[in-house]
Amino acid sequence: MARLNLLLLVLLTVCALGLVTSQHKARKLFVELEREQARTKALHVEWGQLELETRTWALTSRIDKLAHERLEMRAPDPRQVHILRRDLPARAVENR
Amino acid sequence: MKFAESPVLAPPLPLWRARVVVVLIAGALAVLAGRAFYLQGLEYGFLQAKGESRYSRVLEVPANRGRILDRNGEALAVSTPVKSIWAIPEDVVASRRDLKRLADTLEMSEDDVRKRLDGQGRDFVFIKRQISPEIAARVAALGIAGVHQSEEFRRYYPGGEVVAQAVGFTDVDGHGQEGIELAFEQHLAGRAGTRRVIKDRRGQIVEDLEGSHPAQHGRDLVLALDSRIQSLAFSRLREAVRRHRAKGGGIVVLDARTGEVLALANLPTYNPNNRAQLSGGSLRNRAVVDIFEPGSTLKPLTIAAAIDVGRVTPRTRIQTAPGTLTIGPATIRDAHKSEQLTVTQVIQKSSNVGAAKIALMLRPQVLWDLFEQVGFGREPDLGFPGEASGKVRPYKTWKPIEQATMSYGHGISVSLMQLVRAYTVFADDGKLLPLSLLKLDSPPRGVPVLAPETAREVLAMLETATHPGGTGPRAQIMGYRVAGKTGTAHKQENGGYAADKYFSSFVGLAPASRPRLIIAALIDEPSDGEYYGGTVAAPVFAEVMAGALRILGVPPDAPMKPIELPGPDDEVRESV
Repeated sequence: MARLNLLLLVLLTVCALGLVTSQHKARKLFVELEREQARTKALHVEWGQLELETRTWALTSRIDKLAHERLEMRAPDPRQVHILRRDLPARAVENR
Repeated sequence: MKFAESPVLAPPLPLWRARVVVVLIAGALAVLAGRAFYLQGLEYGFLQAKGESRYSRVLEVPANRGRILDRNGEALAVSTPVKSIWAIPEDVVASRRDLKRLADTLEMSEDDVRKRLDGQGRDFVFIKRQISPEIAARVAALGIAGVHQSEEFRRYYPGGEVVAQAVGFTDVDGHGQEGIELAFEQHLAGRAGTRRVIKDRRGQIVEDLEGSHPAQHGRDLVLALDSRIQSLAFSRLREAVRRHRAKGGGIVVLDARTGEVLALANLPTYNPNNRAQLSGGSLRNRAVVDIFEPGSTLKPLTIAAAIDVGRVTPRTRIQTAPGTLTIGPATIRDAHKSEQLTVTQVIQKSSNVGAAKIALMLRPQVLWDLFEQVGFGREPDLGFPGEASGKVRPYKTWKPIEQATMSYGHGISVSLMQLVRAYTVFADDGKLLPLSLLKLDSPPRGVPVLAPETAREVLAMLETATHPGGTGPRAQIMGYRVAGKTGTAHKQENGGYAADKYFSSFVGLAPASRPRLIIAALIDEPSDGEYYGGTVAAPVFAEVMAGALRILGVPPDAPMKPIELPGPDDEVRESV
C-alpha cells in the first residue's frame, strides 16, 4: 500500500512538472506568435506607405515631365511607327 | 474523586439550552451553505467577471478600409495607420515646461494646447488628430500623465487633384463623404472587431480568451479608370481651360465596347489630401452632377430617329435656304447659308434649320422615345452620389417650336455622362450600353435602341463632320478615322440665354471603322474670343483620343497622312 502511494506521488509530481513546462512553453510560443503578428502588422503598414511612395514617385505627370526634360524623350511621329500584324509575314509589312 | 464525578459537572442547567445552541449553530451553517450555493451556483456571473477583470482585457481591433485601385492595380486611395493624441483634462498633470514641449512636438502653439485642455466640462478632448507614428512616439516619450494616444487610419490619395471628383474623399473618421468613397461605402468600410486577452503585470498579452470578434477588413475596389488615360485627359483639359480662360470643364472617356468609364476629369478641382480645401463648388463632379443644354451634339440623335423610322435617308435633300426658319414668333438661324443640304451635310455642317426641318417631319413621340431610350431624363445608374437625370419634358406638352429647337439640343438638358452614354448607340450597332465605374470581367449586354444599319449610317455621317468641310476638322487624328460632332450652346442664366457665355463641347468615337473609345469634352465659358466646339473642345478631344488609342495599342485604320485643316476663310462655323 505504502509503495503504491509512493509510486502515485512520483507520478503526480512528474505530471505536475510536465504541466508547468508545457504551460511555460505555450506562453513562450504565444509571445512569439504575438511578436510575429505585430511584425506582420508593421510590415503591412510599411508596405502601404511604400505603395504610397511608389505611386507618388510614379505619377504619370512626373514621369512625363522627367521624360521630356531630363531624358529629352518624345512620342514618335505616327508616321514613324510601324505596326506589325501577327497574321501577315514580315515582308508584306516592309512593302506596305 | 474522579473528574467525572465532580459535582460541578452535575447538570445544573436545563437541557433545552444546549439544544438551542445546536439549532442556532446548525441554522448559521445552513445560511452559510445557502449563500455559498447562491454565489457558486446561481449568481456566479458577477463574481466571475470581477475576477476576470483583474487580468483580462478587451482590446479593440481596428479594421482597415479597403483600397481603391485603378484597372491596372494602381492605388488611388490607401489608408495607413496614424495616431491621434487625446487627453482627459482632469487627469492631466503637466508643468508649464511639459506643455511647452508637448506643443513643440505637435507643432502647435502653446496657447492652443492649453485652450484645448481647459475645455470646460468635457472629459475627453483631442489635442491633435492624425499625426505620424514617429511624432506620436516622441509624444509618448514625454510621459505626460493623462495624455493618451489611439490608433486611427488616414486616407491618402496619391492621384491627388487628377482624380479628385471621381474618387471623392472620406471624413476624418474614415467614412466616405463624396464620390466613389461614398457610393461604395458598404464595400470599402470594414467593421472593427474586439479581442479578449489576458495581460500580465507588465501589460503584455500572454493568452487569448474566448469571446473575440475578429475585425472585418474592408475590401479593395477595382475601378474601370485607367490612371494613364485619366492623367492625360486631365492635363489636356487643364491646358485647354487655361488657354481659353474658361471657368471649368469636364471630360469623359468611355470604352465603346464595355461601357467602362476609363477617365472622368473635371475642372476646377481640389487636392483631397488637404483637408482645408474640402468644401466649395470644386468638389462637384460636374460631368455627372451638372446638367447643360448640349446643343448640336444632339443632332445625330434627331437624325438617327428620322432614319430609323424611314422618314429620311442619308442622301435625302433638305431645303435649308434661306438659312432661317420661322415658327410662330421664333426664328431658327444657320451660321452659313446654303441652298440644299443632304441629311449627311446637315450633320457635317451642323445646320440648325436642317435638323429642325427633319425633326418636324416626325411625330413628337418618335423623338421623345429615342431620347428616353438613350437614357435622357433618368439617372445613368452609375451608383454615383447625386447623379443628374437631366430634363426632358413629356412630348404631349411639346409645341412645334420646342420640337424644332430640341432637335439641335436646346430646351433639353443632360449631363456630360448621359451625353457620352447616348453615343454608345453609334458605336455598337445601335445598342445602348450600361455604364460602369467598376472594372468589368465581361462586356455587358447592350439594349437595342436603333437598327444596326441606322447606327452605321449615322456613324458615317459623323465621320464627315471631322473632315475638312465639316465643323470639327480639329478633331482629326493622324492614322485613325474619327467620327464626332461639335456642340456650341449659349449658357442659360436667370431663365434666359446669356448672349456671350457658351458651353463648347465635342463628342466623338474612334477608330470609326470599329469604335474602341468614346470621348466627350466640355469647356465651360471659354472667354478668349473663341467659343465654337470645333475650335475649343475638338482639339482636346483629338489630343486625348490620340494618346489614349496609343496607350491602349489600338491599330490605326487610316493611312498616315498629315492632317488637313481648312484655311481661316473656309472654316465651317457652327450654328449656335
